Amino acid sequence: MINRDLVIVGGGPAGLSAAKVALDAGMKVTLIERFNQLGGQLIKQTHKFFGSKLQYAKTRGFDIAKILIDDLNGFSHDQLEILLDATCVALYPDKVLTVYQYGKYMKYNAKSVIVATGASEKILAFENNDLPGIYGAGAIQTIMNIYGIQPGKEVVMVGSGNIGLIVAYQLLQAGVKVSAILEAASYIGGYLVHASKLKRLGVDILTNTTVKKAVGEEKLEKIITVKLDEKWQEIPGSEAEMDTDVLCISVGLSPLHQLMSMAGVKMVDISELGGLVPKKTCDYETTVDNVYACGDVTGIEEASSAMVEGRICGLMAANHLGFKHPNGEQLEDDLNNQLCVLRQGPCGEKIRCGLKKVGEI
Amino acid sequence: MFKKTGVPTKEMIRSRFPKDKKVLFRPKAIIECYDEIPCNPCETVCPFSAITIGEDINAIPQIDFDKCTGCGICVHSCPGLAIIVAMIKNGKAYFKVPYELLPLPKVKERWLAVNRNGDVISKCKIENVMTAKKSTNNTTIVTVSLEQPYLYDFITIRRPHE
Repeated sequence: MINRDLVIVGGGPAGLSAAKVALDAGMKVTLIERFNQLGGQLIKQTHKFFGSKLQYAKTRGFDIAKILIDDLNGFSHDQLEILLDATCVALYPDKVLTVYQYGKYMKYNAKSVIVATGASEKILAFENNDLPGIYGAGAIQTIMNIYGIQPGKEVVMVGSGNIGLIVAYQLLQAGVKVSAILEAASYIGGYLVHASKLKRLGVDILTNTTVKKAVGEEKLEKIITVKLDEKWQEIPGSEAEMDTDVLCISVGLSPLHQLMSMAGVKMVDISELGGLVPKKTCDYETTVDNVYACGDVTGIEEASSAMVEGRICGLMAANHLGFKHPNGEQLEDDLNNQLCVLRQGPCGEKIRCGLKKVGEI
Repeated sequence: MFKKTGVPTKEMIRSRFPKDKKVLFRPKAIIECYDEIPCNPCETVCPFSAITIGEDINAIPQIDFDKCTGCGICVHSCPGLAIIVAMIKNGKAYFKVPYELLPLPKVKERWLAVNRNGDVISKCKIENVMTAKKSTNNTTIVTVSLEQPYLYDFITIRRPHE
């Protein structure tokens, strides 16, 4: 059994940010990351980020990952242990974690735990949705932006949220044709600046339209689309064929809640936040003492908010165990204010509504 | 319709240009940010304090054309690629636009001029190419010229088919 002040599960924007603040406060931290490098989804993001200077606005996602990783330089191995290719397979109510890495299981006994596991992609149910050539947007980003491989010749994107729009633009940058973006709702889901960017490059967004069926012998050859009415019901006779070798599904994310559910954290199902999320205090502590949660696992939002939440979470975990951050009080006010500003506009309405429903413990 | 297509109306576009065309005898930033999103780099990078968003970073940026020099720093700072610089010179329209595709254009080449609907409207001449570097947030800025009647229609360039 390895004893640590703090174990953070997930090395994305929330986990990295939490680690930095907790380390600054003097905690001994272990950071567990499932992939072979830190950064989470940031490393696949080639676009410039929104937000303000405080969340590295106008910096490209993969460059933000570098900044957050560089922030962890200079801490000794005793202070910071980073486990890559490591999966946290269990979290128990007494804050014992089982971590699987390179064929071995290890046990950690943590005084506090921050769950920053992020989210997984939702998939869409339609006929033949398991044909090769049908990907989630995250997979497309991974093969394209991490491994430098084109996913195919032409792509139909399903979903016009920010991820769908951004990945469609990245596909164009990679030299892949984007035939169309399908959106089941009557309106574009993501930021309209992203939509305008695509439209001027010749990509149409077809609203009130979804995929009904995929067709192909051994791999995807074409799709059948169908129009939807305002109540999301299929309009009979509105089916149309589109030839394509890749279909990219980008219909939202759901929080990766499993570890918290396992630890006995009280969870609530909130559609605005993407699914099951933990009940927590204003200090980001869940119903299990000294188990905290931040980032997309507490509700689907932008990476900018995940970074700020991570910092608050790191600070709170430190405070509760008596570690003093040199700049603690001012930092807390400042971070809470940042979150407030990021969420106060019309784009933040859904998250505000979701967080209100979760309530505080 | 904008929320269905991503194409702003003529009135929306015109509202972002100076009312008096003569103002464009000097280069000015045209900020096509119609959506209240939490974002303010254009305000914080402007060396002339010509762009105002304010404490609520969700507000839509307002530009003071008297202060704007058309330097173009906001063009490569805008995460939404929603800013261009426009100018009228010798009867022609000049633009600085962000361009994130490869291959890049070369100076003096003739490329296609494209409107906000993605349609080709004319040809344009590549006047200058400021290639991506760290100080421009890895965004290439291309300066082009074309006939003045396309002033309110032009938005980006497209590589001609060989």
